[in-house]
Formats: sequence, C-alpha cells, structure tokens
Amino acid sequence: MMTNAMALAGVVVREMYRRKDFYVLLILTVIITLAMGSVNFFNDDKIVRYLKELCLLLIWISTLVMAISMAARQLPMERESRTIFPLLAKPISRGEVILGKFLGCWFACGLALLVFYVFFSVLTGVREHDLPVLSYFQAIWLHWMMLGIVTAMVILGSLIFAAPSSNATISFVVSAGILLLGRHLNKVALQMSEPSSTILYTIYYNIPHLEIFDVRDLIVHNQPPIEWGWWALATPYAAVYIAIFLFAACWIFKRKSLSA
Amino acid sequence: MQHSPMHDGQRMTASEPILKIDNLRVEFRVAGLKEEVKVAVDGLSLTVNAGEVFGFLGPNGAGKTTTMNVLLGFVPPTSGSAYIFGTDVSQPIARQRIGYLPELTYYYRFLTPEELLRFYGRIFRIPKDQLEKRIDEVIKLVELEHARKRQIKTFSKGMQQRIGLAQAVLNNPDLLIFDEPTSGLDPIGRMKVREIIQRLKNEGKTVFFSSHEMGEVETVCDRVVIINQGKVREEGQVTDLLAKHQMNLEQIFLKLIGYQASV
Repeated sequence: MMTNAMALAGVVVREMYRRKDFYVLLILTVIITLAMGSVNFFNDDKIVRYLKELCLLLIWISTLVMAISMAARQLPMERESRTIFPLLAKPISRGEVILGKFLGCWFACGLALLVFYVFFSVLTGVREHDLPVLSYFQAIWLHWMMLGIVTAMVILGSLIFAAPSSNATISFVVSAGILLLGRHLNKVALQMSEPSSTILYTIYYNIPHLEIFDVRDLIVHNQPPIEWGWWALATPYAAVYIAIFLFAACWIFKRKSLSA
Repeated sequence: MQHSPMHDGQRMTASEPILKIDNLRVEFRVAGLKEEVKVAVDGLSLTVNAGEVFGFLGPNGAGKTTTMNVLLGFVPPTSGSAYIFGTDVSQPIARQRIGYLPELTYYYRFLTPEELLRFYGRIFRIPKDQLEKRIDEVIKLVELEHARKRQIKTFSKGMQQRIGLAQAVLNNPDLLIFDEPTSGLDPIGRMKVREIIQRLKNEGKTVFFSSHEMGEVETVCDRVVIINQGKVREEGQVTDLLAKHQMNLEQIFLKLIGYQASV
C-alpha cells in the first residue's frame, strides 16, 4: 500500500516545486518581513518581537493558503484533466490514491515549512543573536501536524464540494474560525440557553482544535519550549483527526462512479 | 521483463478466457426534474481468449466506453460480472497485467515522459534496474527519445498519444485495452498505432479495442462484437462475418445498427 501511496506523493511534491505558488508566497513573506524590519518605530528595542510576530503570522497564513489550495485541487484536477483514468487503470486502489495525495500535500507543506522557518531563523538569529533550536523544532513539528489535519480535511472536502474554489474558501474559513474562536466556544456555550448550548458544546468537543498547535506566542516572547509530554500528545491527537478525515474520504471515493 | 507473482485469485488455466463479461448491466441515474434511469449496457456477455485481437464496435453512445469503464473498475456494474485473468475487475490486482490507452490522453503536464513512466513503473512494482531499461525501450518504441526530458505540457496531441502508448505497454501487459486509440491522430500517427497493435498481436498479446475505423478493425482484428444501445447485435470471427453478410465490415456495421442512408 505504501509503495503506491509514496509514488503518488512524489508526483504531488514535484508538482509543488514546479508550480509558482510556493515561490510567490515565500517571496511575499520575505519582502513584507524585510520591509517591516527596515522601519524603526520610535527607536523601540521591542521591534524584533513585532517583526517575529509578523513573520510568523505571514508564515502561518502562507502555509495555510498553500496547504488548502494544493489539497483542494488534487482530486478535482485529476478528474478534470482525466489523469485519474490511466492512474486507476493501474494496480492501485482508490484508498491508496487518497493516501498518496494526502502524503504528497503534507510532505510538500513540510518542505515549504522548513524553507519558511529557515528564513525566520536567519532573521531572528541576525537580530537577537540567539537560536532556540528546540523551541523552533517544536513549533515546526506542531505547525506541520496542524497542516496535516487541514490537508486531510480539505481532501475530504474535495469529494463533497463540487468546485475546488468553494472547497478552498469553506476550508479556509473553517480553519481560520477554529484557530481564532475554537478555544472560546465552551465559554460562549456556558452563557447560552438550551438547545444552543448543547449544540455549541458538541461542536467544541468534536472539532479539531487547531489552536493547540499554535506556539507562536512562546517563540515571539522567547519562552522555554513546552513540556515534551504535551508536545508528544499533540501528535496522536492530530493523527486521530487525520485518520478520521482520510477514512471518510476513502469511503466516499470508493463509492464514486468515474466515467471516462 | 518479469511480472509480479500472480495473486491467488489470478490463477487460471490456459483454456479460460483472458476477459469475461457475464450478463453485464449498467444503469445511470439522469438528474432532472424527474429522476430517470438510463440503461447504458444491457445484458452484455462476451469472452476474449488469449492471443486474440478483439474489436469492440458500436456507434457513439452504444455502451462501449461504459463497458470499458467497468472493466477498468471506474464504474461498478448494476448487475452481472466481469473478470480479467479470472479476477473480479473490482480488485486492483486484476489490473496488474493490463495496459490501458484512453481515447483522450492527458498526463501530468508538469512531468517529463521519463518521470511519468517511472511513476507508473513504481505502481507496477517493476524493479528499479529493469524499469530504467524498460523506460528506454518504450520511449524508443514510440519514438520520443528526443523529448524524453521535456515536460509533457510542451507536447503536441500526437506526442501525447505516443506517451499514452508508452505507458500502456510499460508493464509488458498480457492484455491491452485501447479505447479508440487512433481517434484524432493524423495518418502517420494512425499508421504507427496500427503497427504497434500488429506487433503486439505477433507477440501473442491479447488486445481488446474499440474503434470507429472499420478498415482498421478489418485489418487487425480476429474477432469482433458489434453493440448498439447496450446490447450485442453481432459477434464472431471477422472472416465469418464477411462471408455471412457478403459485404464489408462498415456495411455490416451500418446495417446492424439500423442506419438508413438519406441520399
């Protein structure tokens, strides 16, 4: 199973570095960060923190956009360009196609993350003369896990929504919504009457809490790394959601009729 | 070139057909104000034996592509069954020893022919050293040596069709399924495809292909089936059909589908 999935993943990664999306997002992040870094606000020595916050925000937005747009187009493009037919005429199952597409997008996001964080490390290293390797490793890993959940969710969405653009838009709104509001839903539910309260609690306990993978504040304020036990727990938490989304995607894809 | 070890479900005796379709029926739901059911294939049964070149003929909308879609596992049958090498077509392993050339060939535009074939070769589990040798052979066969490192997006339609042929024969398949392989090709391209089918036939391969080119079918096919509206209208050896109807294959085809000349 993994041989076929990895072969397909290799094609997806190749697609990423032959398209211009990644380079555009990287160049934009670099330009905006360097432009903001060149400005000296009131001789404020805390400018480095603002710069780090801005750079990390741009990295989060760029990688989220990249993961969503890449995952959203994979299966619809296979059908639209009809490459799915010669592919499925080979000894590969539809489950392996889903897994291969997911792994390809996820690995591509991992590579992009590395490039983005190398830039971030150089930037902070030059400004602060310090490189907290462990904190950065935790941040990259958790960020990558978060992108894994989003990628799997978008792949499932590409089998539900008719157009890649609607899938991408909905997925971006949902992901951003969870990142911004996810942690507050229980507090809101506490103040609501029934049945809204139960509905909101159900949502709170079932959505993937993407915000737990966000350790930007710790990086910006030079805090020590999080406890390794908590860091390790985040990985199976992400794996459970990835598995749920991918199983659902396989289930739907196996039942889909494809007409050549 | 070696094949992967045969799956248990693929064990079959020499007398068993390579391809067997039994009472196949495929229905589609047509969306609209009132949901209708369209029968694309209606009780189709046929067998293809080892070493045969089998022509699958019919007008547009007759059910040829739908039947091929079932054989390749793209569409599930509503009822009936289909087997390739004795294995149910719903199993991916049934496709280990087949080569498929779709009517319209589109491949990953950002890959080069070499990369594309390497990718498909990995899916067929062809060992790395054999794969590189095989890629050289098939690229030479379809005469694309000069473009093997160019991205497919720069290719003409004819070149893309040749890439399609290369991927179809990459695994040295025992059964080739071609869906209108010469459609949209110029005369040289058609001749090249015909030569390749003839060559495969001489190598003892089984070829199952649909075509509108009756002259081509008459030249290369051992046996044909003519279908219309999802049902078999005629089946038999090409020579027997020509003798039985005392007319050429195109005239037989037009007669069986009920075509009336308006002039």
